[in-house]
Amino acid sequence: MRFIFKTSYDQDIRLARHGGHVFWYGLLVAFLVVAPWVIDEYWLAQLTFVLIYGIVGLGLMLLAGFTGQFSIGHAAFLGAGAYTQGVLTNMGVPFPIALLAAAALSAAVGVVVALPALRVKGIYLGIATLSFGFIVEEVFARWESVTGGNAGLHVKSPQLFGWSLGSGDGFYFLCLVVAVLSTLGILNLLRSPTGRAFVAIRDSEISAQSMGIHLARYKTMSFAISAALAGLGGALYAHKLSFISPDQFNILQSIDLLLMVVIGGLGSVHGAFLGAIFLIAMPQLISMGKDWLPAVVGQAPGLQGLVYGLVLIAFVLFEPLGLYGRWLKIRTWLQLFPFYRKGLFKRQKSFTKSDRLR
Amino acid sequence: MQILQLLLSGIAQGCIYGLIALGFVLIYKATETVSFAQGDLMMLGAFGAFAGMSLFGLPFWLAAVLAVLAMAAFGVLLELVVIRPILGQPQFSIVMLTIGIAYVARGLITMVPGIGTDTHTLAVPYKDQIWKLGELVVNLEQLTIIIATAILCGLLFAMFRYSKLGIAMQASSQNQLAAYYMGIPVKRLNGLVWGLAAAVAAIAGMLLAPITFVHANMGFIGLKAFPAAVVGGFGSLPGAIVGGLVIGIVESFAGFYLPDGFKDTAPYIVVLLMLMIKPNGLFGEKLRKKV
Repeated sequence: MRFIFKTSYDQDIRLARHGGHVFWYGLLVAFLVVAPWVIDEYWLAQLTFVLIYGIVGLGLMLLAGFTGQFSIGHAAFLGAGAYTQGVLTNMGVPFPIALLAAAALSAAVGVVVALPALRVKGIYLGIATLSFGFIVEEVFARWESVTGGNAGLHVKSPQLFGWSLGSGDGFYFLCLVVAVLSTLGILNLLRSPTGRAFVAIRDSEISAQSMGIHLARYKTMSFAISAALAGLGGALYAHKLSFISPDQFNILQSIDLLLMVVIGGLGSVHGAFLGAIFLIAMPQLISMGKDWLPAVVGQAPGLQGLVYGLVLIAFVLFEPLGLYGRWLKIRTWLQLFPFYRKGLFKRQKSFTKSDRLR
Repeated sequence: MQILQLLLSGIAQGCIYGLIALGFVLIYKATETVSFAQGDLMMLGAFGAFAGMSLFGLPFWLAAVLAVLAMAAFGVLLELVVIRPILGQPQFSIVMLTIGIAYVARGLITMVPGIGTDTHTLAVPYKDQIWKLGELVVNLEQLTIIIATAILCGLLFAMFRYSKLGIAMQASSQNQLAAYYMGIPVKRLNGLVWGLAAAVAAIAGMLLAPITFVHANMGFIGLKAFPAAVVGGFGSLPGAIVGGLVIGIVESFAGFYLPDGFKDTAPYIVVLLMLMIKPNGLFGEKLRKKV
């Protein structure tokens, strides 16, 4: 059991609360830096995907987990970033500028979505973003002069100051740097007044408003930042796959992204990365387990969907805080070792609060 | 003539959207949750009827009735096992839960040996029959959809208006807590509403089956029923049908007069416009909290 003595106000907002944090996160960063020399190429590629999805997840986590606005069309922002990056890189624009442009354009698209979204909330917001996602997907497929339509678009490998970053190691480090910077950015944002305003909006719009928070401005800001991160992730995604087509950014991708933040744990930055690990590791585990199952189950094309569905149902029913919530429980159990009580994290009973009255 | 023909096919398609949207609205009114699994319940219903006819050799009408009953029972069971434990939790968890249910339904269907992975035709007695009224060509499948929807709406209207159960459902959808204090068994009612929604979805599935065939991904049409529900106003039963008709007709005309690609996006453009202009929908109730 660790007791932290507060001796200054700065301690409240410090990123690393105590020595343990410094030690463990340092170890994690050290592992990630030496990873290209330690693990083989295939797993490094998977780790790169985890980082890319983690960046997108951070964006969606900010929007869904911290501002309480749910987007069922987030793949549209991912696609906007990916196509911007693809088109600009193929035109010969330097990589860093293309990356910034991808983020900026996605943010702009995010603001456009936020405008109608300001008037609606709850399920209506979900449907507005869903509709928007469908429309954007159709635009990707039909605007053939720019996006290449359904035939897809090949993306050249990125060049940075004369180096080619197309190979596994170089691109991995690029993703790592972007992921670390965006994580630090989000952490910093969340301890600032802006981040606190987001959380206040999530918990109660009425009380946030009465504390002087301009709802429209902060919601738009949240959409813009979230879309920008999705755009960044999308740009890296385009380079990683080096081929993009509209059906990579359809409703199923949007639902996968949502699944990622829900399973990772809504309302925690860790959750974005834990969810990304889940999303990338799950298909591997399923394909490993396929041979153990009877052929009817193992070879069915819907096996992955079935497993995702069951895991999602189990998490919503039994572990609403996701993988991160599970880790919190384990940590508390270890900290309190013989004194952990069963009811410590019990969910409170409540009855449905009507959204129709406001 | 062209316009009438388009109108007819739009209305038929719209009836399907309307029926699925009806399921959303029923569940939304009763439990204030949105079910993303509605389209997949429809798919299960169509598969149920197909299995009844091909595996057990039942006649169409018997298979249809059995499939509807089975789906109603399935809906009640679903509510009991997975939805009820988390009622009262944030709306979004329930949305994710229904997305999970949809995934599971789709995955399980592909595991049924023999029938799961293929596309089937439902051998309905009225298949491929055409009436000619002057120049207008009336497809009997479309006509059946329209007539069945009208009858179903009449039945539902009568139930909500005259039966004790329907009135109890209305009361509990207006105010759960007050209804509970009046002695209405709200929990049991919620189960019945899910059963009713699943049954309506099964009927929609069987009506749609002759047109689009029966396959594991036919549930995605449910995503087009969301615009229908929003256009009509999410809390209104007649609104769902009207919204479905609006979406169906817009889609059918957009497919004919506008360039490629607008047919599939037209419903979503309509719903975005609707949300911007009149977020409560055509028939939406505008409730305000009175202090």
